[in-house]
This record gives sequence, structure tokens and C-alpha cells, in this order.
Amino acid sequence: MIYADNAATTKMSDAAVRTMTALLGEAWGNASSLYVHGQKAKEVLEKARADVAAVIGAEPREILFTSGGSEADNQAIRSAAELGRQKGKTHIISTAFEHHAVLHTLERLKKEGFEITLLDVHENGLIVPEEVEAAIRDDTCLVTVMFANNEIGTIQPIREIGAVCRAKGVLFHTDAVQAVGHLPIDVKADNIDLLSASAHKFHGPKGVGFLYAKKGVRLTNLIDGGAQERGKRAGTENVPGIAAMAEALKETAGAMAVNAARQSAMRDRLIEGLSRIPHSALNGDPVKRLPGNVNFCFEGIEGESLLLLLDDKGICASSGSACTSGSLDPSHVLLAIGRVHDVAHGSLRLTLGEDITEEQTDYIIKSVREVVEYLRGFSPIWRDLTAGKKEFIL
Amino acid sequence: MALYSEKVMDHFRNPRNVGVIEDANAIGEVGNAKCGDIMKMYLKIENGIVADVKFETFGCGSAIASSSMATELIMGQPVSEVRKLTNKAVAEALDGLPDYKMPCSVLAEEAIKLALDDYEKRTGIHID
Ligand SMILES: Cc1ncc(COP(=O)(O)O)c(C=O)c1O
Repeated sequence: MIYADNAATTKMSDAAVRTMTALLGEAWGNASSLYVHGQKAKEVLEKARADVAAVIGAEPREILFTSGGSEADNQAIRSAAELGRQKGKTHIISTAFEHHAVLHTLERLKKEGFEITLLDVHENGLIVPEEVEAAIRDDTCLVTVMFANNEIGTIQPIREIGAVCRAKGVLFHTDAVQAVGHLPIDVKADNIDLLSASAHKFHGPKGVGFLYAKKGVRLTNLIDGGAQERGKRAGTENVPGIAAMAEALKETAGAMAVNAARQSAMRDRLIEGLSRIPHSALNGDPVKRLPGNVNFCFEGIEGESLLLLLDDKGICASSGSACTSGSLDPSHVLLAIGRVHDVAHGSLRLTLGEDITEEQTDYIIKSVREVVEYLRGFSPIWRDLTAGKKEFIL
Repeated sequence: MALYSEKVMDHFRNPRNVGVIEDANAIGEVGNAKCGDIMKMYLKIENGIVADVKFETFGCGSAIASSSMATELIMGQPVSEVRKLTNKAVAEALDGLPDYKMPCSVLAEEAIKLALDDYEKRTGIHID
């Protein structure tokens, strides 16, 4: 089996599994308790906090552990909105292709009276810092732009956007769930005030993540209760999960350069090979993209049937087709970069693991070609396109 | 993948009656590319019987399986029986479809009904 859906989730690393299982037995104490068992848990927790902080250039006290990326996104945005509201600033800038954890939080804030501007992500899936600057108003309290897109993998000019926000005195949040562990991040140099991350995207466990909040940025609780996490996130800490996250992050980030070199070479090989399928197109910028991300549209076929047949060939991938999500519309990300519905339904996302080989890459190319050709063979759209009754879009 | 029944997967992997009938006398096409599903049914009706049927489908696994199963259900049947085909019958023959995939079976029913309408229009023969 070739697992090429690492943007959806990653397999836990052996070290993370070992850490987690060992701690389930050893560090079962409540980190808030005074006796030895509790203190052992506390120690593990604070070590994890320091390790996580070091990877992104933060102070340990700037790291808040959460239940994952969604919670971190919700808390970051709600906190900035609350700070804005106190000053009468109720305008937020974001982008049309954020993860739903961001978009749905913004929709809720809109109902509460906030005004939301969603920036154009352009055909290449890249935000333009000057357009962020132009969108900032006197009443803007937050700019939130994802570090790297989860579907098309495009990497945003985060440092430049951060600089614009700093200059204008506006808080800057980035959903870095797809980037942490895979791309170099330095929250200070990158001018980031708030950053969200999720362990299961870098070989840690599911249900664990963290929020970086720059010292001085006051957070609003989503969960009230005990005084854990400096009083900003109540609930007895998931110590084994958090420690496993730190372990996975150290490992993945430690091998970042090597991983990225290998993955991007295979990514480019895959892009090259799939581009040779007629009437196909790469989604998102070819260069400014995550090392393991490949996303294509193939005209005349539908994504779910493509995925099922690839699964039969032992390849796990995903699609932005409506049919795979049970919704009526295809991926909002593909629509945001200007793909029309007809074509967006025929999308394929392959997100490679660190251990991808050339042989596997070539097998994927061969398999995708076969399946696309097969499905086109009995597609009424393809017949109309090739008969000249309809115009090709791609 | 346990999303679909074995029957659905079988019809998806090995669709029956795929293709085009060049001299079809009843053709029905439903759906649109915008929604992600298009189904086209070609029937050859002779002496009130479906002598041959083929389909082409652009769509998800259940759309392809529903088309395939529908062609099997109507092959060799008198047109008056074909008129009575329901999407439920197609879905049941497939050992069920997930709720949100039921519209795929509706497409199969509609494509066949449209083909029968087309036949009536072409021949002036009314099918009850
Ligand atoms: C960009 C992005 N943000 C947020 C999330 C949500 O993270 P989690 O699943 O940890 O809540 C994901 C993953 O699904 C993601 O890809």
C-alpha cells in the first residue's frame, strides 16, 4: 500500500507511539498534584512545552496545549476578536481558502457583528502581501492567513504578511497545521502573533495540538474551569499525548531538510508525469508548495470513482469532489482558485510521506494514467469533449 | 472500504453494459457536470422489449454502480415493466446505498424514463 494522504493525517512515528504508551503507564498522575506522580507528569508536560516552543522559535510560556488544530484556530481567532471588540475594532481579514476551522469561526463572528473580508487567493493559490495591506482598515483587529494550504499545498508569504500587520499594528494569526514540522518556522522572524498546529499532521497522535500566542496577546478561554495552561484552557492535561506530540515534532522537524529534499524531488517527478495526461492541470503554484503536495484536475472524470479505483491499486489519496464529502459543491479551495465545478469534481490530491520512493512515484503515475483513461472511456462528458460538442476547459 | 456494499463495488469495478448503442432508438441523459454526475442511457427497443441497453456515466462509484445495475434490471424486459422501475428497486438490488448517495439511484431511474419518453416521441408509441 502507498499512503499518499498525509495531509489528511499521518501515521504516528515509532518514537511517538513508544513515548505515548510508556507514559500511559508511567506518567498517569495529575500534573496539578503535589505528590511525586503528579510532579512527574508536570515535568513531562513542561519538557514537551519547551521542546515544542524551540522548534518554532517561541518561549515555552507562549505555548498552550489544545485538543488539536481546530481548537487552536477557534481560540486564536476568538481571542483576537475579543481584543478587537474591546477597542471597537470589528473587522477581520482572512482568505477564501482557509480550513473550515477558520472559516466557520469567522462565519459565527459575522453573525455576532464582525465584518469579514476574504482576500482573493488568485489562480496560483497565493496571497499578495500588498493586497493584505490594502485591505487593512482602522477598525481591523485581525489578519488570519494559513501558512500552507491543506488541499493545494501553496505556501503563503507569511513573513511579509506578518511585517505588514506589525507595521499597521494588527494581530496576525496563521493556521500552520500543514506547515509545522515540514517547513522552517520562526515565529519571531516571521512576525507571527498567533499560530495553530496539530500533532497528527507531523506523526503525532490525533486530538492533540497547540496554540502559540505571543507574550502579551491575551487569550480568551473556550473552555472554562481549572487553572491549567495558565488559566487559558481548563481540563486535566493529556500528558502522554502531549509528550508524544513533542517527540514526533522533534523528530520530524529534525529531519526537515532531508525530508523536504526527497519529497519535493518525488513531488516534481509526479507533477511531471501527471502533466502528461491530456487535459489535466496542476492546482496551485508549482514551486511555492509543500514538499509532498500534488493536486491535479482531470477533465471528464469524477474524483470519487478515481479514488476508489486507485484504492484497488493500493494507493490511498483524496479528492475535492463533492461526492467524497457528501456535499453538493466541490472543494471551496478549488473554487477559490477559479476552477469551475465541472473540473473541480475531477480533482486528485496526493500528499506524499517522507519515505516515498521513486518506484512508488512511478507506480502512482502509471496507475493514475490508467484509471483516468479507463474512466474517460465511458464518460459522456469526455465523449462530448472529444467529439467537439463541448469545449475543453483544461 | 466499507462505504459501499459488495454489490455496489462489484458493479462499480465491473460495470455491465458499458458503452454506446449506435442505432439506439431511445436515449436519455440526466444530470450535469456542475453537480458532478451525468448519466446517459442508450436503449434498443424491439417489439416492446428492451433488446439491448448500454450506458455511459460521469460520476462517483454509486452513480456508476447504479447505472450498471439499472441496465441489468431492464435488459430483456417489456417496456411497460421498465416504466415502473424505481430508484428504490435499483438501490435495493445493490444491497442498499448510503443515504447521501440515493440521488445516484434516482439519476438511473430518470435516465431510463427519459429514454422511454424519447422512444415515445420518436415512434408515437405510448408506453403505459
Ligand atoms: C489547515 C488545517 N487547519 C486545521 C485542521 C484541523 O486540525 P485538527 O484535525 O487537529 O482539529 C486541519 C486538519 O484537518 C488542517 O489541515
